[in-house]
Amino acid sequence: MRLVKHRLFWPLAALITLVVVNVIANPNFIKITMRDGDLYGNPITILRESTPLMLVALGMTLVIATRGIDLSVGAIMAVSGAVSLTIIDGAGDPDSLGAVLIALVVGVLVALVLGAWNGFLVSVLGIQPIIATLVLMLAGRGAALLITDGKITTVNSEPLGFLADGYLILLPFAFFLWLAAVIVVGLIERRTALGMLTEAVGINPEASRLAGVRSRGIIWTAYIASGVLAGIAGLIYASNINAADANAAGYLIELYAILAVVLGGTSLMGGKFSIAGTVIGVLTVTTLDKTLQFFGVAPAQAPVYFAVVVIIVVLVQSPRVHRWGRSLSGRRRPEPVADPTEPAEPQKEVVG
Amino acid sequence: MTAAQTQPSGTQPSETRSAEGAGLKGAVATFTTRHASVLPTFAAIAILIVLLAGAQVRFGNFLSPGNMSALLYDNAHLLILAVGMTFVIVTSGIDLSVGSVMAFTGILGASLLTAGVPVWITILAMLVAGALIGMLIGVLVQHFGVQPFIASLAGLFLGRGLAYVVSLSSIRIEDPVMDWLRTRFAFEGWYITPTGIIALLTVVVGAIVMHKTRFGRTVYAVGGSEQSARLMGLKVARTKVMVYVISGLCGGLAGLVLTAYSSAGYPRNGVGTELDVIAAVVIGGTLLAGGRGYVLGSLVGVLVFGTINTIISFMGAEQSWTHIIVGALLLLFIVVQRAIVARSERGS
Repeated sequence: MRLVKHRLFWPLAALITLVVVNVIANPNFIKITMRDGDLYGNPITILRESTPLMLVALGMTLVIATRGIDLSVGAIMAVSGAVSLTIIDGAGDPDSLGAVLIALVVGVLVALVLGAWNGFLVSVLGIQPIIATLVLMLAGRGAALLITDGKITTVNSEPLGFLADGYLILLPFAFFLWLAAVIVVGLIERRTALGMLTEAVGINPEASRLAGVRSRGIIWTAYIASGVLAGIAGLIYASNINAADANAAGYLIELYAILAVVLGGTSLMGGKFSIAGTVIGVLTVTTLDKTLQFFGVAPAQAPVYFAVVVIIVVLVQSPRVHRWGRSLSGRRRPEPVADPTEPAEPQKEVVG
Repeated sequence: MTAAQTQPSGTQPSETRSAEGAGLKGAVATFTTRHASVLPTFAAIAILIVLLAGAQVRFGNFLSPGNMSALLYDNAHLLILAVGMTFVIVTSGIDLSVGSVMAFTGILGASLLTAGVPVWITILAMLVAGALIGMLIGVLVQHFGVQPFIASLAGLFLGRGLAYVVSLSSIRIEDPVMDWLRTRFAFEGWYITPTGIIALLTVVVGAIVMHKTRFGRTVYAVGGSEQSARLMGLKVARTKVMVYVISGLCGGLAGLVLTAYSSAGYPRNGVGTELDVIAAVVIGGTLLAGGRGYVLGSLVGVLVFGTINTIISFMGAEQSWTHIIVGALLLLFIVVQRAIVARSERGS
């Protein structure tokens, strides 16, 4: 119990620091207003806008736990959005609930197939995950462009718009969607042995194989989950802009998702993963994005600040900095993670 | 050559085996085991020839001097990036930052020129800026134990963001030296530009450094087995930082070439180029696991990429087909590589 608390302490501290900086700069940042029975305000916007990244990062967490990486999530988002919107566009009545539901299901199924393809390359053919998913990352976006005929397919459909903009009991529907995804994945991973087996495969594939863990199925499942979640994320993105934009959908999202997972304390070396950590990581990334907009940084320039965050995070995790931290504090401590983060913290405020 | 270096014991049993089995099958087995590392490059050359011949038969005028010259002219920046990437991948690293480093140095150069900075200082600044980002990645990888993927991811973000910090929109440039860089020296329909010459020189220098210098041999040794290289007393740390500096430097050079080519700096240049470059290098026969690869192979890889691109525009098809086909080729090659690695592991 203490360990879990400790693991989430620094990710949470980073998020809270970021929020505090915002509140000091502008007290209205956390103001929530009630309008027509729905809640509005910055925190609500962050909860709503973090949905695609949250779904993608959830899948990425599972893949990273198996020592893998999934670069194709952005391309899968583009494909699922393109497939669904092309179907809705072709349907007679874009507002008919039935047609939209069928389109969404088909979009997610296509994403599932793409995820299974990645899983096949990695778990059956034994190709390095970076390269195996690079294939789809290259080809997927091209395929999405072919589906939409190289154009941006615009659809005005009420049921589709509800996905990203609708409200359900005070809060945005999209928020409930990611909450549901987190709960489902959390229950499956933590209330069954699947999570433990996933960690076993990630920590030592050879040992877990000798211990009788069927790693192939577990790795395959992780990529399928990542594909499906990315597919849903693609639908939300498409719903948000009422269009399928094969070039812009999920652009760079794989990198932000990896950043969010690492921020949440899951190591890229595989093994131990934390779903709660990923949730915090995603909220941190989205909040940082909002903060930068708020401080008047052009969205295109935001990557500089994310680069600084990535560098700080990897330095904090690096063994050499841990050694420096220990020698600075003068004595060996049982939990070396606690020390080196201290010098990094003030820098984070500079970032905000 | 590398196969023999990295797995000296591997060649021995297969030789005796083929002597016993004799016949053509044995000879083929011996050849494929001994020269396993060259096979993917040969395959790439074969594919290039098939592509060129097929396109010539289909279109009739594909192998025209103008078209072939354009292949080098249009892909000069990719070629330069591929040379740097080859060094990185042979040490079993990866550099995702090249596309955005190219965009950053390109826009930096354009804005410096517009501000009236002399062109030679501008070019130097572009190269140094690229090398510095490369060095940042190298130091993170080597001295802080960060995975190359993540360290170069930081480089990608940094380069892209800095490009937009320099300018949010494209900057046109009018400079005699930059104009000269894309003048065409024509000869009976063929032509070559200084940008093309720079790209070819990069390949030549890259190949010489890789195969004829101590540094190049260390690069292979680090990729083959970092532990053994260190125990042999090779300068592993310096080499690993150096390959990223080289890749960054190539990024700066590519930025120069691309800026001269398009006579403008544009912060959105080279989005996704890192993937094209990695694909070209892998198709050219460099093993992603490290230890094996050829700069000249990467040249072939880039030519395959460029040829596919040209064929698709000849056919008037959607440009997005390029990435689908390159993705499929990439898949084919990694499966082949996988088989080669599995074979040589069985051999040892």
